[in-house]
Amino acid sequence: MEKLKYALYTGCTARESTPELLMSTQAIADKLGIELVLLDEASCCGASHLQDFDDMLSLVLNARNIAYAEKLGLTMVTICNTCQLNTAVTKDRLDSDPELKAKVNEKLSEVGLEYKGTSEVKHFLYALQDEYGYERIAKAVTNPIEDINVASFYGCHNIRPSHLQHKTNGGENPYKPTSLDNLVIALGGNAVEYESKNKCCGFHVELQNPATANRLSGTAMLDAIDQNADMMVTPCPLCHLRMDVQQHNIAKEMGRDIDIPVLHLPQMVGIALGIEPKKLGLHHNVNQTGLKVK
Amino acid sequence: MSITNENKLVETKKLTLKVFRFNKEINYLPYYQTIQMEVNKDELVLDIMNRIKWEHDGSFSYRRSCRHGICGSCAIKVNQKPTLACKDNVFELVEQFGEELILEPQDKRKAYKDMIIDKETFWNKYDQVQPYLIADIEEFPELENIVSQEDAEKIDEADYCIACGNCFYACPAVEVNDEYIGPMALTKAWRFNADVRDNAHNERLDTLQKLGSGIWDCVKCNECAEACPKELDPIGKITKLHLQTFENERSLNNVATRHAVGFKWSIKKHGILDEGELVRYSEGNFGVIKHIPEAIPMLLRGKLVFPWNMPKSKNLDEIKKLVDITSTAKF
Repeated sequence: MEKLKYALYTGCTARESTPELLMSTQAIADKLGIELVLLDEASCCGASHLQDFDDMLSLVLNARNIAYAEKLGLTMVTICNTCQLNTAVTKDRLDSDPELKAKVNEKLSEVGLEYKGTSEVKHFLYALQDEYGYERIAKAVTNPIEDINVASFYGCHNIRPSHLQHKTNGGENPYKPTSLDNLVIALGGNAVEYESKNKCCGFHVELQNPATANRLSGTAMLDAIDQNADMMVTPCPLCHLRMDVQQHNIAKEMGRDIDIPVLHLPQMVGIALGIEPKKLGLHHNVNQTGLKVK
Repeated sequence: MSITNENKLVETKKLTLKVFRFNKEINYLPYYQTIQMEVNKDELVLDIMNRIKWEHDGSFSYRRSCRHGICGSCAIKVNQKPTLACKDNVFELVEQFGEELILEPQDKRKAYKDMIIDKETFWNKYDQVQPYLIADIEEFPELENIVSQEDAEKIDEADYCIACGNCFYACPAVEVNDEYIGPMALTKAWRFNADVRDNAHNERLDTLQKLGSGIWDCVKCNECAEACPKELDPIGKITKLHLQTFENERSLNNVATRHAVGFKWSIKKHGILDEGELVRYSEGNFGVIKHIPEAIPMLLRGKLVFPWNMPKSKNLDEIKKLVDITSTAKF
């Protein structure tokens, strides 16, 4: 089978507040034999906030990021749901509106770049599911996560709006997503059934309305805990920042103790593949319950 | 397959329906009634609700009126998916959820009788945005009030909203924040704030900018976009209202607006976002102090990047230039 090769758009958090996400992504790619070319030229995607202030700037910057993947002739993979949405929205708008595309390219031409629309943009989760295949991952498992109840938390921007996301997420049902649960099963774990798996963590109002953010994260986390989850896993570093870093504040808002480890998707895969914890950056996680980092 | 009266083969499926039942006047708690039903491929959710009432239990209650996707009365949830009963085909739902369908009202907490809920809050929020044209139009004008095609398009189909409430009752911010006015009212607000004949754009923007209740309290989950049976993309209208506050130079200077604007400055400086600086810029030098409790564990776990270690995008000059030649927004 031909070796899979992608242009990796890391997003900002993987270079700053969630270094473990980049470490673990690269570690599992190495182990699985997937080549990832880092897009070091890429800028921030605007995180769905810049577009509220300056729509054109948001489009131009995202188009520039995609243009670098196009120059490599590779599919762009993202490891942050919000990067995925912003990039995919930009691609969709430019590919369906030649006039808008021309306007954006007029700006990009000033720095010698062009957005063509030739590279696909997909989250790493769906590259693993649809291109690498869970069966192959299951065969590579040396340390199955047996007897562990894992609550998958999907994050909004990978599954909604589905008319856009269905182009690259294998037709994931936003009301009944399965990709992460099936990955948990492929790694030997127990997938926890709980209602909140497709809900919002509230990250985007964390500064202006922390109570809303904490209640949303808290409702989902308590739902997972009440369904006997031993740990949670998410493909989105923004969900992770809330549920791991803000766990204490969330517990305070909800008036209940919350003590549950939250893993990034590649950290969970890495554990099952037998990669040493240090390479997966487990020491960077704030909640260390049960992680036994050496 | 089964044979109909006309002896034609019609594709059917045997379904298990779990139907939310509750009568506020009689029941202390709601319960679910299980009904087996053979459904054919053309039947809509409204058809099966009718059949529950006509063939199984005459007391089953729900709202319905036009049967043409216009009145918005028959909106319910099927397996948590916001559904306009007279529009959504049952077989398509079976494809998504399997042969057990759970019929519930839009908001179980507001249930009055079965699928019928109390929508008072929903309509109160709608009223808050002055959802009507505010204009000094002469009673007997000499000329017609012509709106150009281009100006009409700015409304972006927001006038097609049928107020079914699917977006509102799917919105997680509405669920946990009683003040937030929600996606339906904001879509209606855009319908009039995009109308060139209306004179109250800024008045509405002033109301909608209030932190806690307005546009800055949208959590950006896209549930509303997913829920809208008319595919009106309510969150897109919320974004347009955000942009209009800046375009009209009406934006307030607060943590939410500085958070949006801060991205531009940070991207221009480093290409990638300086997370710490963004929080400081958004909160201000005093406001940022309240984040120290979560900053300490982040520091101990190697999650904080200091200004002297701040990574930068390669070819940063390109990014700086693109920001300079592209950005026209004012704050």
